[in-house]
Amino acid sequence: MSEYVLEMRNIWKVYPNGVTANKGVNLKVKKGEIHALLGENGAGKSTLMKILFGFERPTEGEIYYNGELVNINSPYKAIELGIGMVHQHFMLVPSLTVVENVVLGMEPRKGLSIDLKKSIEFVENEMNKYGLPVPLKEKVKDISVGMKQRVEIIKTLVRGADLIILDEPTAVLTPQETVELFKALKNLTKAGKTVIFITHKLNEVKEIADRITVLRRGKTIGEAEVKNITEKDMSRMMVGRDVDIEIDKTPAKPGKIVLEAKNLEYTRFDGVKMLKGVNLKLREGEILGIAGVEGNGQTELVDIITGMDKPENGEIFIFGKNMKEADNPYEFRKIGMSFIPADRMLHGVSKEDTIEENLISDRFNRAPFSKKGVLKYNKITEFAKRMIKEFDIRTDGPKTAVKMLSGGNIQKVVVAREFTSNSKIIVADQPTRGIDIAAADFIRRRLVKERDNNVAVLLISSDLTELLEVSDRILVIYHGEFVAHFENIKEIDEQILGEYMLGIKKMSKEEMGDLI
Amino acid sequence: MNSVLSSILSWDFVASGIRVTTPILLAALGALVAELAGTPNIALEGTMLFSAFVGVIISGFTQSLWLAVIGALLTGIVMSSILAYFSLKLKTDIIMAAIALNIFASGGTIYALYLLTGDKGSSASLKSLVLPNIDIPIIKNIPILGNILSGHHILTYVAIILVFLIQYMLYKTPLGLRIRSVGESPDAARSVGISVFKTQYTALIISGMLASLGGIFLSMGYVSWFARDMTSGRGFIALAAQALGGTSAYGVALGSLLFGFSEALSFSLQFLNIPYEVTQSMPFIITVGALAFYAWNKSRNKRNRDI
Repeated sequence: MSEYVLEMRNIWKVYPNGVTANKGVNLKVKKGEIHALLGENGAGKSTLMKILFGFERPTEGEIYYNGELVNINSPYKAIELGIGMVHQHFMLVPSLTVVENVVLGMEPRKGLSIDLKKSIEFVENEMNKYGLPVPLKEKVKDISVGMKQRVEIIKTLVRGADLIILDEPTAVLTPQETVELFKALKNLTKAGKTVIFITHKLNEVKEIADRITVLRRGKTIGEAEVKNITEKDMSRMMVGRDVDIEIDKTPAKPGKIVLEAKNLEYTRFDGVKMLKGVNLKLREGEILGIAGVEGNGQTELVDIITGMDKPENGEIFIFGKNMKEADNPYEFRKIGMSFIPADRMLHGVSKEDTIEENLISDRFNRAPFSKKGVLKYNKITEFAKRMIKEFDIRTDGPKTAVKMLSGGNIQKVVVAREFTSNSKIIVADQPTRGIDIAAADFIRRRLVKERDNNVAVLLISSDLTELLEVSDRILVIYHGEFVAHFENIKEIDEQILGEYMLGIKKMSKEEMGDLI
Repeated sequence: MNSVLSSILSWDFVASGIRVTTPILLAALGALVAELAGTPNIALEGTMLFSAFVGVIISGFTQSLWLAVIGALLTGIVMSSILAYFSLKLKTDIIMAAIALNIFASGGTIYALYLLTGDKGSSASLKSLVLPNIDIPIIKNIPILGNILSGHHILTYVAIILVFLIQYMLYKTPLGLRIRSVGESPDAARSVGISVFKTQYTALIISGMLASLGGIFLSMGYVSWFARDMTSGRGFIALAAQALGGTSAYGVALGSLLFGFSEALSFSLQFLNIPYEVTQSMPFIITVGALAFYAWNKSRNKRNRDI
């Protein structure tokens, strides 16, 4: 028997629309190792893992599991073989309890009913075995993201998984939760499990993985032992050229205050107070970063600042103008604000429409794109072609529907529109979430460039590396209030931010200074 | 005013309220099961209508109540299967498919009625059977309690039992857990090997059969004939009752009672000096009011994007 628990040989995947996601990929995973699958978005990692988990059928290629040729035609078959997957978007039912989610589809029965007692015993047994405690009787919607992920891992374990695939597991976690996750993964491999870890964060690979396989544009570029390779080598393999991970940045030269929020309060429908008197001042020529675990009020804050929602109390001033009377986001845009929303599919683009239509959706009623109420499509196409080139949107042309693009390219459409609207304020909510290194790097550099052009940037991000790299100041939000304000980014790191994000520490009003 | 009160506080009023509630409740339970599975069954109206028709026709021609009931239930299964085929297999919009079925039921029953009886209005010429009322021995002799508990229609008792059965099925059995998970996050269900198609199909079948029972109550409960469009919107009222009652069968039962009794009220008030138009529109005014409340409540909930 070979030393590999899993071998995927010469995997091809051609979708009916002609897109080729995998072009002869090879992947070999040893038993008991943590194997990182590295690659940019669109490199074919997710497709490869979907094939392994039976969500997709390969067009060509063979999968050997424990030395035997297997035909994985459904997730059910994968589970049967002992392959489990923790998806990037959790596959959990929010209104069910943790234990119900874990036993779903394999419920222990007593007569006609579900045997709840037996279910709890069964899950408790597994979670103690691997040292992964979860609150069994809580509803999934009430537990933290880190817990949800743990529930997903337990779900695979109770189904007898020996090989566990994790799709970008750290993208949603705080540094502390990431540490916990890595501990848990090491426990799993000690117990003889094998882990495949999809990521594009190189420092994590260095920290946790034993071996890596790098994919680029649907092909295997290489595999290596992690201890024999540097981060720089890995990034070169991923991108195909040298990428400067560091962004060169001159010190900010902030000017006058252009956006001010005073004492914002907001209560959610269920009575939870999401914002408890938030103050914020944003100056031109600076990037203000907002850090926080998701669900601590960022969404509400962004909604209010961009005019998507109204605060319960408090006021917003843009260029000194009170926005109380403005009752739609268009008024905020008109006065000079751009907005890159967190949910690009919902608020960023109209996915059925073409790239060119999306690119002008904030200015379609103005010259040169429209004259006397008629759209000038030749001007629009011309503009779109320029944007496609400038922002490196990978597409067949400006008339392609946005829904045909990959996530990273859709984001480039949004960014192209928002960066070219001549706004003096840009609100960027998770601008690089789920997109590949090169595109993310491009967007970050562009944010810095806008800042140098004296634009004010408000950056909300769950990627702390990004916040620390791009921001000139950082505010930390916890339970609907700012608990920390850092004006000297060089002095802090992810650990320090994490402590404030989790509410372990809190600054006093004096410590935070008068810019808040 | 006294006469209003006395007409409301009479056994006749309670009995008529329960009578009107029964078909709404049965269909509303069907609405609940389908809704929780993520496949809202707007075809309840058409399913009730077709089942009402098939029940009368079978009972008229065979003089067998059992065959009539079985035929009606099969009609429900067929209607739901068609809906499932179009929405789950061919991926048509389920609302559109259901509207088509409702229109088909309305026209189809009249056409078949004409073919079979030569009459386009009703099946009065066909001698059909009626499902019985049930007197519960001993209890029926107890004063007051006997009036409340005994002497109702057999399908009323069935509906009450079904409230508990459906609640048990939805919240205590594996099937219920799967229906709820498929309705809430189909991907989560799929990822643990649950067939979303099978689960939703099962839910629609259950939903259709419940609507069938509601349908035959209309044509074989107290009358012995089918009349064109005799469901007159009860399938839609059932949807409203479900929407109002929420996700538990008990809540749905309460919602159904509200609509049932408000309709009964409109019957009672007819005998007073209140204009006919006002009493007739009562149930619909209450429906609109209840739905407006429901929509307002829902839109308030929707503002939270975190859950």
